[in-house]
This record gives sequence, structure tokens and C-alpha cells, in this order.
Amino acid sequence: MSRRTVIEEAVLPPIVALLIAAVVGDVLILTFGQSPGAVFRLLLEGTWGNAYGFGQVLYKATTLVFTGLAVGLGLRAGLFNIGAESQLAAGGFCAALAGLLLPAGIPALLCLPFFILAAALGGGVVGAVPGILKARFGAHEVIVTIMLNFIVLALLNYLTSAKVHVPDTLHTPELKSGALWRLGDVMSPFHGSAANAIILLAIATAIALGWYLFRTRQGFELRALGLQARAAEYAGVNVARVTWRALAMSGAIAGIGGLNYVIGYKHYYEEGFASGAGFLGIAVALVGRNHPAGIVVAALLFATLSQGGLAVNALVPKQMVDVLQAVVILAVATSVPEVRRLLRISRRRSES
Amino acid sequence: MNALDFLAQTVRIAIPYLLAAAGGVLSERAGLIGLSLEGYMLGGAFCAAVGSYYAGAPWMGVLAAIVGGGMLALLYAVSAIRFKADQVVVGIAINLLAIGLTRFFLRLIFDSSSNSPRIPGFELKGSGTGFLALALNPLVWIGIAVIPVVSWVLYRTPFGLRVRAVGEHPAAAESVGVPVVRVRYIAVALSGMIAGLGGAYLSLDQHQFTDQMTAGRGFIALAAIIFGRWDPVRAGLACLLFAAAETLQIQLQGTQLIPSQFVEMIPYVLTIVALAGIVGRAAAPAALGKTTAE
Amino acid sequence: MNPAIRMTGIEKSFGAVMANRGADLEVAQGEIHALVGENGAGKSTLMRILSGLYAPNAGRMEVNGRDVTGWSTSEAIANGVGMVHQHFMLVPTLTVAENVVLGCEVTKGLVLDRQAAERAVNALSVRTGLAVPANRLVADLSVGEAQRVEILKTLYRGAKILILDEPTAVLSPFEVRELWAVLRSLRDAGGTVVLITHKLDEVIDVSDSITVMRQGATVTRMASAGATPQAIARAMVGRDVALALDADYAGSTISGTSPGAVLLSVQNLTVIGNRRTAVVNGVSFSIAPGEILGIAGVEGNGQTELIEALAGLRSADGTITLGGRELVPLSVRERGNAGLSHIPEDRHERGLVLDYSIADNLILGQQHRFTSGFMLDAGRIAAHARELVERYDIRPADPSLPARALSGGNQQKIVVAREMARDFKVLLAAQPTRGVDVGAIEFIHARLREARDQGKAILLVSADLAEVLALADRIAVMYGGRFAIVMSRSEASPDALAPYMTGAEHAA
Repeated sequence: MSRRTVIEEAVLPPIVALLIAAVVGDVLILTFGQSPGAVFRLLLEGTWGNAYGFGQVLYKATTLVFTGLAVGLGLRAGLFNIGAESQLAAGGFCAALAGLLLPAGIPALLCLPFFILAAALGGGVVGAVPGILKARFGAHEVIVTIMLNFIVLALLNYLTSAKVHVPDTLHTPELKSGALWRLGDVMSPFHGSAANAIILLAIATAIALGWYLFRTRQGFELRALGLQARAAEYAGVNVARVTWRALAMSGAIAGIGGLNYVIGYKHYYEEGFASGAGFLGIAVALVGRNHPAGIVVAALLFATLSQGGLAVNALVPKQMVDVLQAVVILAVATSVPEVRRLLRISRRRSES
Repeated sequence: MNALDFLAQTVRIAIPYLLAAAGGVLSERAGLIGLSLEGYMLGGAFCAAVGSYYAGAPWMGVLAAIVGGGMLALLYAVSAIRFKADQVVVGIAINLLAIGLTRFFLRLIFDSSSNSPRIPGFELKGSGTGFLALALNPLVWIGIAVIPVVSWVLYRTPFGLRVRAVGEHPAAAESVGVPVVRVRYIAVALSGMIAGLGGAYLSLDQHQFTDQMTAGRGFIALAAIIFGRWDPVRAGLACLLFAAAETLQIQLQGTQLIPSQFVEMIPYVLTIVALAGIVGRAAAPAALGKTTAE
Repeated sequence: MNPAIRMTGIEKSFGAVMANRGADLEVAQGEIHALVGENGAGKSTLMRILSGLYAPNAGRMEVNGRDVTGWSTSEAIANGVGMVHQHFMLVPTLTVAENVVLGCEVTKGLVLDRQAAERAVNALSVRTGLAVPANRLVADLSVGEAQRVEILKTLYRGAKILILDEPTAVLSPFEVRELWAVLRSLRDAGGTVVLITHKLDEVIDVSDSITVMRQGATVTRMASAGATPQAIARAMVGRDVALALDADYAGSTISGTSPGAVLLSVQNLTVIGNRRTAVVNGVSFSIAPGEILGIAGVEGNGQTELIEALAGLRSADGTITLGGRELVPLSVRERGNAGLSHIPEDRHERGLVLDYSIADNLILGQQHRFTSGFMLDAGRIAAHARELVERYDIRPADPSLPARALSGGNQQKIVVAREMARDFKVLLAAQPTRGVDVGAIEFIHARLREARDQGKAILLVSADLAEVLALADRIAVMYGGRFAIVMSRSEASPDALAPYMTGAEHAA
């Protein structure tokens, strides 16, 4: 086993998965009586082919980078955070509340750290709960985060509808100050798209997480725990502390993702803005192999698919994209062990 | 509303939970996590709508739901068992796939992005929504019977013995010649078929399929399984408890006594409490989730 | 008459590891046959092949004269071959009767016939003398009872050939005698028994004939009558144990010990195990600077738990002091800082993170010493790795390779290098040369002696008696969670230690 084979085992499964998804996509397009070539061309034109579409891709990718990093961080520690959706929502909600507390007229850049803190706190608390329950009672984080999704979303629903909503809507009042500029304000071709300055924060978060995971002692211990819990124990890693810290950080990252919608785009919190972003975050982390760089690429891919669905809706139902996203996850999940197995067999053959 | 109406409403809400939980117990006791119950239900609900619509008979919808739920479950089983994929990931993917496929075929077949046309259900004209309507719906009877039946299968039949062995200590089962893989496939396929029936109940009861109409019911069933500590009867009781809470919530909606969202949380909070061992340790099958490579 | 079992030229490999390389076995009808050899000699693999769990890569196997090469477990069971595994193959949440009938259930209509199953179990119990409560959960049974269930399970399936893998490792002396009685009565009823063991006294005691394996191959076959432990041991180890030890190591003991000095002191240490019984039961000992205390004994007698308790991986009652400092309240890391070093018994599970690079594995457990602020100090880690890779001759000499890519011997060198290159006073060395090639064994032994000569205190645990005899200054035998005896190297010999290892004797 060399570095080359390590890279092969990491990169091949997503490629195999994309090929499978492409085939399934072709079949769906053909069932609808359209030509796959035309549909895929339209999909590309509607996403990377024009500034508005590309802006939308960037906007959608921004949220997915955050939820993907959140899930990826958890998985590096051997923990499955399925609660990114409610953490994202909680982060967005807290940021919106923070925006209501601020007096009007403060420059956006001064407000931003305050918003980041509020969102990280909101998401982090939601993430810390399964972390503490796991560390203290051994409660399985998968089930706890799923259940927490429902609990937190119901709670936010209550708080919004009973306490802070604008009458006749499902959203909070607009921020008093701190709304960030959109990409369209700076580069006019992007006008109308939701892409905004939070994308820079997403990239910074990815870089920071990569640094944390691979360059710091905490990251060293966290990854050791995820790879081999018993070896980590032997190496003096405080398993309980690393566990809850990883899930709290994971929740905080997902929470900061809420800024993309609340601070960057709409400037208020609205019911359901996070819907589906948690599960897609799992897909993104999976395809990105839990590596920050891979996660950024995978987020762009899923954002392209999601925006591309709208672009091709004239030819085939945009719902096709929902199927393809699921197929990509299924194909990556099944091909990771399979590709590893086949690679190892072929290597053994070539050795003997 | 009197006590009888309350009971009727509770049963009405509980039926899909009971079906999904009964299926889920089989799968989980065989060692495969029931995260995709939601997907089986949604697939079942859609297939039931298609079957009932085209055949003009609800029974054909029921059959279609069994096939649809079973197919999704087989896909899950093949991914998790044959390809040793992570059960959590695959389970979630199956749910997303069910959402995607039902949406896609809703467009393809009924040319709508939200709901199917009206489909025939089981009740007769003028049977209302009370006990008469319930009694006329064979899926209600199936839903009531399914818990004792699954309990009987699990604890009284050779197949059930094998399911329990396979979910607890597959190597031991293998060593005495139990075909572990086959038992797991069968258990998962059954779980999909039974949960699919739960979905069929929803669409036939509401006379149409609507996008994502299962609305988390599969997860409530999963919560009931955990809260019931993987025993079918206790899981069934948990389903009834959760359904009663929901009925109560509907009752209270006008009164502003307790915000409905807090009643909604009950099943999930109870499950977390059970998992944290605060009301006695919830003991999962030892091999649950462990078909993964390395 | 055809032999009950005839296996010839059996080969089996797992990845790069050859577990069987041309193993032969012939067992006559109606005999108790012992299959002996050191750990890793390939006994269990050979028997798993016979019972259908593994298919051989090459070779031929016959049962009662019929070619059955590569059959499945269910075929083996159907043809009367049953195996009792070292790690019980019982489902703890099922009852005894359910475990016994699992896989060949009796039914009444569609339903499992529980009464019939319990009746069958009780009848078998009476016939064989293997008393077990048919309707109890297996989780509630003692180890001895669980083993009886295992044997009943195979007999229920009509086993005529019964294979037992290390059946006495977990039994009390009384239970062992009971087991022998059962096996003899099975033999007298026409059954054939294959017994895997590495305890020499039992071998001669209970068996009719003996096959010795070494390094995956069959070395010799002999009749039990007239065999001596020395002859068997010689065949197992491949050299004359006592002679080799005397020639190589005499005179190298206790040179630097100052009388009365104590570096590690353990008083009344008790560890409660997973079954809520004391797996280490009031053990006390001390080790002086420049001394190696070797712990011999059959595995599973509390050695693992003792080491884990000392290292801080398991909670324990009692006192542990290192150079006068109390360790019990300290965490794993704090114990490391206090001067405790630990070569764990399982490098794949504990000692290495297999997907980490050699360099990262060389700082595992000391990551807090290789930091600058919040970050890891990559420069120092690389320099450290270069130095140790060279000093300990770790190959391939590329510190960026994942540990997974290395051979077992080189993986173990990473662990040894890491634990011995650091600043330490006391070393816990658990199975330091398990699964390692001969060259690496010699290398590791040399390092251990070197450390001893530098005045370190070393606690050595090894299932390999020859290793303990080769290295230790004093030898303790662990049995049933206690030290059965402690003797000096000059008193110790396989013959002197054996009765304590099997629990036949224990010092008061």
C-alpha cells in the first residue's frame, strides 16, 4: 500500500458514483421522452453558463459547505451528526434575533462577528446536547440528532409563530443592521442571485477546519478517536471531552451556515429555510470524503444539481434532481467498501 | 368530543405507526437499522395511490404498496448487506430516493408536483369518520393485528428465533448453519412491505397522495421501537401513546392551553430520555448497524 | 477402518499471513486426539477449515474416508462434525434451549416447539452428565456452564467428531476434571474428540495421541502413552527450550539492582471485569530498578486487565505507586508523564492508528509533547521519526507511509521504538513479540534487556513461556486473577511453572 493507492481509494468511489448517477439520470430522462444530451447541456447552461445561475449555485453551495463541513467534522471523530438541519436553523434563528437586538446603523462588518458568535452558539448548543448525552450516557448520536431535529424545529416554530413573527408571515422582522452585501451589488452580472459575502466565510471555515483537523493536536486526537477509538484511549485522549467537543463544534459550524440565508440573503429568519440542507450535508461530506477541500467541491456539485433542476424543468421534471442526489449518496456509500475491496484484490493479484 | 371519538381518532393516527413500527422491529432485530422506514412508507403511499387509481380498487393499491415498500427495502438490504455500505448513510439515501422517485413519478404519471387526483379508498358512502369507517377499513384490522403477529413470529417461530440470533450474534448463528444473509434479506424485505402498508393506509385514507405526505411518521415509528426497547408489543404501546398525544394536541389546538409544538415533541423527547438510560437502559440488538466493512 | 479425519497438505492464508502451510492431521475413530502448538501455530485455523468455517487454499480433507475438502459449516454439521470455539458462539439473549436448537429447530406446525427443545436438552444433559438449566438465558450462565451448552449444541446436532478449541483456558481445575470425564465417556461411546491446547500436562493426561504443529505445519505425531512434556515442548518450540535459554542468557540477570529499591509497587489490586466478577483479584507485587518481572500464564487469567488497570485504561481498586507517586487517580496521560511507558498487547487495536503515518504513530500518546502552542510541531515530529526509523530499523524507511502498509514486525517496531525511546521509568510490555518474525523478536528482546540494564523496571506479560524465561529476572504465574506463584529465574523452568499455569498447584 502506497500513497498512490490511498488516493485511489479516496477518489475513485465518488467518480464511480457520479458515473452511476449519470446513467440513472439518462434513464429517467429517456422515460420522460427527452434526449439526455440536450438535458445535460441545458443543465450546464443554466448553472455555470450564466452569471445569475452561477450566483445561485454559489449561494446554494455556501450553505452546503457549512453543513457538509459539520457532518465531515463529526465523521472524522467517528460521530454521525444527522442534526445539521436543526443546527443550521437554530444558528440562523439566533443570528436573526441578534440582528433584532442591534441598534440600527452599525456597519455590517462590525456586526458580523456578533452574528457569527450568535449563530455558532445556537448551532453549538444543539450539537452539544447529543455530544454530552453520548459522552455521559452512551446514547447513540444518530438517533439523538434525528430526534433533536424534530424537537428543535418544533421549538423554533413555536418561538417564531408565538413570539417574533411578522404578522401573516412565517418569518421574523428584518435585521436592524448588519445585512451583508450580495454579490450582485459588487458585480452587476450576478444581479438578482442570492450569492453573498458569506461565501467568503464558508471558504475561510473550510480552510480553518482543515488546519484544525490536520495541523493541531486537538485535530490529531479527534481523528485518532474516529479511526480507532481504542488506540485513542491508549494514547491518553479524553474520549468524552473530544466527543462532545466535536459534536458541539460540528453544530456550531452548521449554525454559522444559517448566516448565508439570514444575514446574506433575506435578512430575516424564516420557517423551513434549512429544510433538506442537513441531509444534503451528509451527501456532501460523503462525496467529499470528509476532507474540507473535497467538501467544497462536492458542495458545488450538489448545488449545481439542485439549481440545474430548475434550469431543465422545461424538458424534464426538476424532481429528477432529487432522485439523482439520492442515487449519488447510495452509489458512494456502496462503492466505497466495494472499490476498496476490488482495489485490494487486484493489488494482491499483481503482487503475486 | 367524547372518549369514544378520542379513541377512534387515536386508532386512526396510530395505524400507520403500528405498521411501520412492526416492520421496523423485524429489521432492527435482524441487525439492520430502520432509518428508512420513512422512505418505505412514502413509497408505499405513492404505489397505493397509483394502484388504486388505475385499478379503481383499493386492494390493488394495497398490493402495489407492498411491492413498492418491499423494493425500497431490498435496495437498502443489498446496499447494506451485499455492499457493506454504512447503514445510516444508506438509510438516509433511501428516504431521499423515496422522496425523489415519488415526486418524479407524480409529475410523470399525474402531471402534478404536489398531489395525485382523488383515488378510491375503502370506506362506503356515508360511513363518516368514526368507528364505522375504521371498522370498514381492512388496513385498520391489519394494523391492529400486525403487532401480535410480529411478536408471535419473533418469539414463537423458528424464523423469529433466527432473526433474534442474527441481530444479536451473527457469528454464532453462522457457526450453526443459520443462513445469516438470507435471514437478514427476508427480515428487511418484510419490514419494507409492512411499512409500505402503513403508507398505503395514509394515501387511501386521505384519498390522494401528496408530496412527502408521511411527514416524519417513519421516524416516529423508529422512536417507538427504541422507546419500546425493540420489543414489538412495547413498541406497539409506544405507538398508541404517541398517537394519543397527537390526538390530544389536535383537541387542544383551539384552546391555547399548551402550544401544539410542545405536544409534537413528546415522542422525540421520550426517545432521547429512553436512550440516555434515564428510564432504564434501552438495550439495542448487539449487532445492530454492524454490517459495515471494517 | 478409515480414520475419522485425514487432512493432508492443508494451506490457508489470510492476506499476506500464511496460517497453514502444508498441515497434516490424522485422527482415528474413537480416540481423543490432542492438537498442540504455540500461539499462532495454526491449530485453530486448521480446525476451522475442518468445521467448514474457512475453505483451504490447497490440500485435501477426508472425514470417514470421504473427500469433504472445502465443505460448508452446515455440511460439516450434517455429517457429524461439531466445533466448540474458544470464544463461545452463543447468543446471550437467547435461552440455553434456544441456543441448542438454533439452526435445526424442532417445530410443531409453524411454531417452535419449546417444550420439545427443553426436553431434548434435558435428556442430553442426563445422558452426558453436562448439567445446564435449559430455560435460563445464556447471558446469566457462568463460563463453565456456557461451555457445557456449547458441547451440548454440537451433540444435539449429532456430532460424532467433536472439536474443542482451548476448552480449559477459562475453566477452574474442578471444571476441567469434569470436562475430561465427559470427553472420555463420549470417546467410550464411540465418539472422536480433537482437543486444541497448548497445556502440556493436559495433553498427556487426557489424550490418546498427539499432533504437534509449528508455524502452520505439522511437526510430529505421537502416541500419548510414553510421551513426555519435554519431548512435546521441544517439538512445539523447535529447539530444546531449557538448553537454549541456559546457553544464551545465563549470567545476564539482576546486575544493576540495588537491594530493597522499588520503582513500581502494586498493592492489593482488584479489577472488576465485564461479567462483574473480579478478573484481577487482590494482586500485589513490586519491581526494582533494573529488574524484569515476567508474568507467565494461560491467556485470559487476568493479565490483560492487570496491564490495562496499571496503564489507566481500566478502573481498579488498590494502590499503584511509581517511584513513590500514587497512580490510581491519574489519567492515562498523567501516568505517562509520571514515567510509565506501555507496549500494549494488541498493536492493531490499541498500539497503532493503522491509517496514521509512521511519523504520527511514533508520537501517539505523546502528541502533547510535540506541540508549539495549539499546533503540532511538524518539524520536530519529522525529525523524531527520522531518528527512530533509523535507530529501530523500521522498514520501509519512509515515515510518511501509513502504518497499515508495514509488516507485523515493523509495525511492532514502531510501538517499541515509541515506548522505549521516550523518557520513562517503568515499562509495561504486553506480548511484545506476538506475531513478529524471528529477527524482530531478537531485536525487541535486546532492547528490553538494554532498558533493564539502564535501571528501568519492566513488567513483561507473555503467553510465550520461552520468552518469559528468556527475559525475566523473576517470574510470576497468573491464574484465575491471582499470582499463583512468584519464583526467581534460577528456580523457574517449564516443568516447575506448568502446574501453576494450569491451576493444579498454587502457593498459599
